[in-house]
Amino acid sequence: MTFRIKPAMLKMAAAAWLLGATSAMADTTLEFTQWWEPELPAGSLRKIMDEFEAANPGIKVTLVSGPYAATRDQISVGAATGTLSDVVGLDGAWVNNLNAQNALADMNPMMDASGFDKAQVADIIKVDGKAVMFPVASFVYPVFVNLDLAAQAGVTKLPSTRAEFLEAAKKMTHADKNQYGWVLPLSMQSPSGVQNDMMSWVWASGQSMMADGKPALEGKPVVDMLTFVKSLNDAGTISPGIATKTEQEKVEEFVNDRVGMMIDSLAHVNLIRKRNPKLNFDLIPVPIVEGYTGKRGLPYASWGIGISAGSKHQEEAWKLVQYLMSEKVNAKLVSLANAFPGNVNAKPDFVTSDKAFGKAFEIFKTGYLANEFTGLPVAEDLMTQFDVEAQKMLAGEQSPEQAAANAQKGWTAKF
Amino acid sequence: MTRQKRSRHRLKRTVAPYLYLSPSLVIIGLLMLLPMVTVISYSFQNSAVLRRDSSFAGLKHYQAIFADPVFWASLWHTLYFTCMSVIFHMTIGMIFALMLNSDRINPTLRNILRVLYILPWLFTAVIIAVIWRLLLEPNGVVNSILMQLGIIGSKIEWFSSPETALHAVTFANIWAGYPLFMVSLLAGLQGIPKDFYEAADIDGAKAYQKLIFITIPQLMPIIISISLLDFIWTMQVFPLIWITTGGGPIYSTEVLSTYTYKLAFSSYNLSQASASAVVILLISLGLTLFYIRYQKAR
Repeated sequence: MTFRIKPAMLKMAAAAWLLGATSAMADTTLEFTQWWEPELPAGSLRKIMDEFEAANPGIKVTLVSGPYAATRDQISVGAATGTLSDVVGLDGAWVNNLNAQNALADMNPMMDASGFDKAQVADIIKVDGKAVMFPVASFVYPVFVNLDLAAQAGVTKLPSTRAEFLEAAKKMTHADKNQYGWVLPLSMQSPSGVQNDMMSWVWASGQSMMADGKPALEGKPVVDMLTFVKSLNDAGTISPGIATKTEQEKVEEFVNDRVGMMIDSLAHVNLIRKRNPKLNFDLIPVPIVEGYTGKRGLPYASWGIGISAGSKHQEEAWKLVQYLMSEKVNAKLVSLANAFPGNVNAKPDFVTSDKAFGKAFEIFKTGYLANEFTGLPVAEDLMTQFDVEAQKMLAGEQSPEQAAANAQKGWTAKF
Repeated sequence: MTRQKRSRHRLKRTVAPYLYLSPSLVIIGLLMLLPMVTVISYSFQNSAVLRRDSSFAGLKHYQAIFADPVFWASLWHTLYFTCMSVIFHMTIGMIFALMLNSDRINPTLRNILRVLYILPWLFTAVIIAVIWRLLLEPNGVVNSILMQLGIIGSKIEWFSSPETALHAVTFANIWAGYPLFMVSLLAGLQGIPKDFYEAADIDGAKAYQKLIFITIPQLMPIIISISLLDFIWTMQVFPLIWITTGGGPIYSTEVLSTYTYKLAFSSYNLSQASASAVVILLISLGLTLFYIRYQKAR
C-alpha cells in the first residue's frame, strides 16, 4: 500500500504552522516566580496580571508560585543553572548571593531609559552600585501591646523609651501566673528573631550594626542593645524557652494573654484578631534610647522584585516591574496583602478603614524603613551566628561585650 | 546445532538475566546512584551548584568541616542520640513484647495494650515533635506533674536548656521508635517452639534463666538485624530534631543532618554541605556493609 500526501494537506499544514509561528512571535511570555500568590486572596494576583496583559498587548505573564522556602530554593538553583525566571520575587536577604552569581539585572539603565521617577519608590536595594531590587510591599514590625494586661499592671503610659519598656515589662510579669512582659524567639530553626526582635532596637534609634559596609557589632549600638536584652532577661520579664521559641509560638503566647508585649509583623494583625477576637491590643513604635529625637528606623520584611540578568525579555520585564510599582496598582496589591506600599504615593485602603492599620501607617510615614540584613551576604547564616552568641549571653556564659566580639569575629569572616 | 547457533544461544542466555534486571537497574541508577555520584562530585568543587564555572577544590571542603568544632560536636551528638535511641528502643521493645506475649495477662487487656503500645508508630515525625514540644515546654504538662509530685522545684526548659535539650530530643525519639522493635520481637517470640520452655520447666529453670538461655538466643538474629537497621535510620533523623530544637540551644542538639542542612540552606555552602553529606554516607555505608555481612553469615 502506498501513502500519498496530497498538496492540499501540505498547504493546510504550512498555513497552520505559519499562523502559530506568527502569533508566538507577537506574544512575549514573561515568567514571574514569587511566593506571593499563595499568601494573597485566591486569584487576586492573577487578576492583576490579567489587567497588566490587557494594558500591554503582546505580553503574557505566567505565574510560577510556591511557598516561600520552595521559591527561595528554586531561585537559588535557577540562578546557578541560568534558568531564572524573567521576573523574580525577592527577599532582601537573598540579593547579595544572587548578585554574586550575576543573576540579577541592574535596573538603573532601565529606569533612566524609561524616565522612571525614582522619588516615587520607598527604597531601591543596591548591591555594588547595581539597582537589583525594589520592595513592592513592606511588612513593618511595630510593638504589639496587650492593653488589658498593661492596665492590670498599672501601665498607664505605653513605653516610648527602652527604660520605660523595661519598667512596663517588669510590671506586666507574673511568673506564677505564666504571664510575662516580653517574648523573644531565638530558635535556630529560623533565626529571624535576631533581625526582628533584637536588631530592631538598634534601628529604631537611628543606629546601625554596620560601619562603612562592614559589621560593627562591637560598637556601642549593638552592645547597648545586647545589654538591654540581658537586663530584660535578668529581670525575668522574658517568657521562658527563648532558645527554641519560634515566631509562631511568639504570636500564640501574645494571642493567649501570656505576654504583654511583642515585636511582630503588622501582617499578623488579622491573624491575631481571628485567633482571639476579644484581645484588646494597640501598636506602638519600637522604643528608643533615652534622648534620641531623630527619625525612627522601622524594621521590616518585604516582598521585593527584580529582573533576571539572563532574561531575553528585559524590556517587557521592566514594564511589569514598573506596573507593579505604579501608584494605583501598588496600592491595590498592598491592600490585598495588608502591607505598606513600595510606592510612597500609594495609599492602601485599609489604613482608613482600620484603626490599628491606620495608626501603624502613621508610624510608617514618620519613620523610615530599616533592615540592614537586606543585601548582606548569607544573611541567614549571619543571624544564626549572632543567635548562638546571644543565647550564650542569655545563658550566662558570656557578657554582652563578649557576645558582640564573638559575633563580630564570625561575621567578619563572611565579608 | 551449528557452532554459530550455539554461540548465539549462549549469548542469549548470558544477556537475558540482565535484560530482566534492566528496568530496576535503570531506576536504581537514576534515583540512587546518579544523585549520590553528583553529591560526591559537588564535595570536590568550589561553589558547587551556585556557579556554572565551579572549579576543582580537592579535599578543601573536607578539611574545612573537619576543622570545624561544630562538626565534631554534631558527630558526638549524633552518636549519643543514635546509641541511646537504639539501646532504649531495644530494651523497651523487648519488655513490651514479652508483656504482650505473656499468657498471664488477660487477653482483652493484652489487645488494648497492643493498640496503645503501637500508637507512637502511627504518628509522623512532625506530629511527634509538636506533641513533645507541647508536653515539655516550660509551662507544659510534664513540668506541672513533676512539680506537683515534688520531683522538681522549678520549671525546667527541657528543649531550651543546653543541659537537657539533647536528652529531651533523644527521649522523644525513643518514644517514637520502640514499636518497631516491639512488633518484630513479638513476631519472633511467637515463633519460638513451646517445647523449649516445657523442657526448661522440667529441668526446673527459673523465669530469668529461660529468658537468658532460651528467649534471647532465639531472638538474637532479629535483635541484631533490627538494631543495625535502627542505627542506620536513627543516624539520619532530621525532622524531629529540626522541629523541636533546630539544632540549638547553642549547638547542643546539632547532629550531622541539621549541620548539613544549615550549611546548604543557611550558609549556601553546598560544597561543604556535600562533603558533610558524604561523611554521613560513609558512616551509613560502613554500617550497611556490616549488616550485609551479618545477613550473609546467617
